[in-house]
Amino acid sequence: MVLNMVERIGASVVTRLQEMGRMLLFVLSAFAWLTRPPFRFSHMLKQLHFIGYKSTFVVVLTAGFTGMVLALQGYYSLRKFGSEGLLGSAVALSMIRELGPVLAALMVTARAGSAMTAEIGIMRITEQIDALDTMAINPMQYLIAPKLVAGLIGVPLLVAIFDVVGIYGGYVVGVDLLGVNAGSYWNSIESTVEWKDVYGGILKSISFGLIITWICSYKGYHTRQSAEGLGTATTEAVVLSSVVILVWDYFLTSVLL
Amino acid sequence: MIKLIGVEKKLGGQAVLQGVNLTIPVGKLTTIIGRSGEGKSVLLKHMIGLMQPDRGEVWVGDVEISRLSGTRLNDVRKRFAMLFQGAALFDSLSVFENVAFPLREKLRMKGPAVAQRVEEKLAQVGLEGMGHKFPAELSGGMRKRAGLARALVMEPEIILFDEPTTGLDPLMAKSIHDLIVTMQRRFGFTAVMVSHEIPEIFAISDWVAMLRSGKIAAMAPATEFQRITDPDILEFISVGGTVVLPGSHVG
Ligand SMILES: Nc1ncnc2c1ncn2[C@@H]1O[C@H](COP(=O)(O)OP(=O)(O)OP(=O)(O)O)[C@@H](O)[C@H]1O
Ligand SMILES: [Mg+2]
Repeated sequence: MVLNMVERIGASVVTRLQEMGRMLLFVLSAFAWLTRPPFRFSHMLKQLHFIGYKSTFVVVLTAGFTGMVLALQGYYSLRKFGSEGLLGSAVALSMIRELGPVLAALMVTARAGSAMTAEIGIMRITEQIDALDTMAINPMQYLIAPKLVAGLIGVPLLVAIFDVVGIYGGYVVGVDLLGVNAGSYWNSIESTVEWKDVYGGILKSISFGLIITWICSYKGYHTRQSAEGLGTATTEAVVLSSVVILVWDYFLTSVLL
Repeated sequence: MIKLIGVEKKLGGQAVLQGVNLTIPVGKLTTIIGRSGEGKSVLLKHMIGLMQPDRGEVWVGDVEISRLSGTRLNDVRKRFAMLFQGAALFDSLSVFENVAFPLREKLRMKGPAVAQRVEEKLAQVGLEGMGHKFPAELSGGMRKRAGLARALVMEPEIILFDEPTTGLDPLMAKSIHDLIVTMQRRFGFTAVMVSHEIPEIFAISDWVAMLRSGKIAAMAPATEFQRITDPDILEFISVGGTVVLPGSHVG
């Protein structure tokens, strides 16, 4: 009984480890293929358009409301200490250090990551990936590598937009609605936000860009041969990316602070 | 020459191939028949290295491909083209782009030469003027023909056809058979075709092989295959209808 359980736990640990190893090999091979010609810049731009440009609307929307609700919450907390003037700093620091990278990454996962898994998964099921193979075109190079690069470039840019829009959202609520002084809103941002905060945000967003495209394309690439397989792959990709983003965020924050 | 020696393959716990010995002659049209789910598609995938045998060898010319990977496998694959059973067209590309794909990506061809060759092939499979459409907008049979155009456009040394005429009306099926045979005679490529078109295949093929219970149950020149007296084989090839005289189809 007990032995049986230990055995099963052991087996599941081994499967997990194997899966992690395969994922690592997957991303390494994609980057290795990236260094070999032919270089397909147009593919990369197309992916950047898909991951970046097409996510702008939802990112702006979430950023605006996040900034606004931060200002609302921050205002009522800060007012207790009579320091409403620091509202700008509170909004900007939370945005740049935490919420911008994390929320933008979660939105990109939901919008572009899931679509990426589905797209690659369908290509797997309908043998389009095999067709690439038979044409002696490496799917890692043709299909996966451009997505990884697009994630590395696209997500930091989206996060930058998220931060700016969020800070303006906070301004609208804090200054226009709740009557915080406009000058002190900007001043507090200028005096408290350091380069270190910005670098941290950039580092986070780059790594999130990699995590999303890595996990989502891996799950799509290894989709099982059925319609349920596709559904499972998409769900797993979104859940796993989101969890890894949050865990990695905690880890990076504790290292960066 | 493609040669499979003692190829065994288990898929999902099921022994699909159980020691296949098969030699595909060079420059001939060899047709593989067999019941649905018998492993014909799996067999084709072994020939081009999409699947690796659990046991046995796969030779393409003088290269054993079952343990190859990376660029060395790609070098072998450059000699092939394949029509998949489900066509496997790229959803994100138009029909024209699909057919142009191997020319551009594999042969690195550019400019009007590509367009000319693509249009020619599209016309041959009866898809003239359909180049701008996307795979999702085509019928199953049209997709099959677009896939065929993509396989033929390369004019490679070896072409694998997985059921090129399934899902086509009889007239279209006949014209696709004629096209494959004409192209094969003209360019002399080695053709391996999986087909359920009995008895037509006896008229167009050079060789016929039958896969049964994971093995090659029989292989013979098309003209002689119908004289095989094994009752199971006879039953399989005579269900389709009357037996035609070999050689009456193509002159
Ligand atoms: N990737 C795979 N994973 C698991 N099982 C598979 C896989 N591919 C094929 N099989 C199994 O192998 C067997 C042979 O399949 P295959 O597609 O080769 O049949 P077939 O002879 O081409 O049939 P049909 O004439 O219907 O196309 C089937 O039982 C199928 O379920
Ligand atoms: Mg098949």
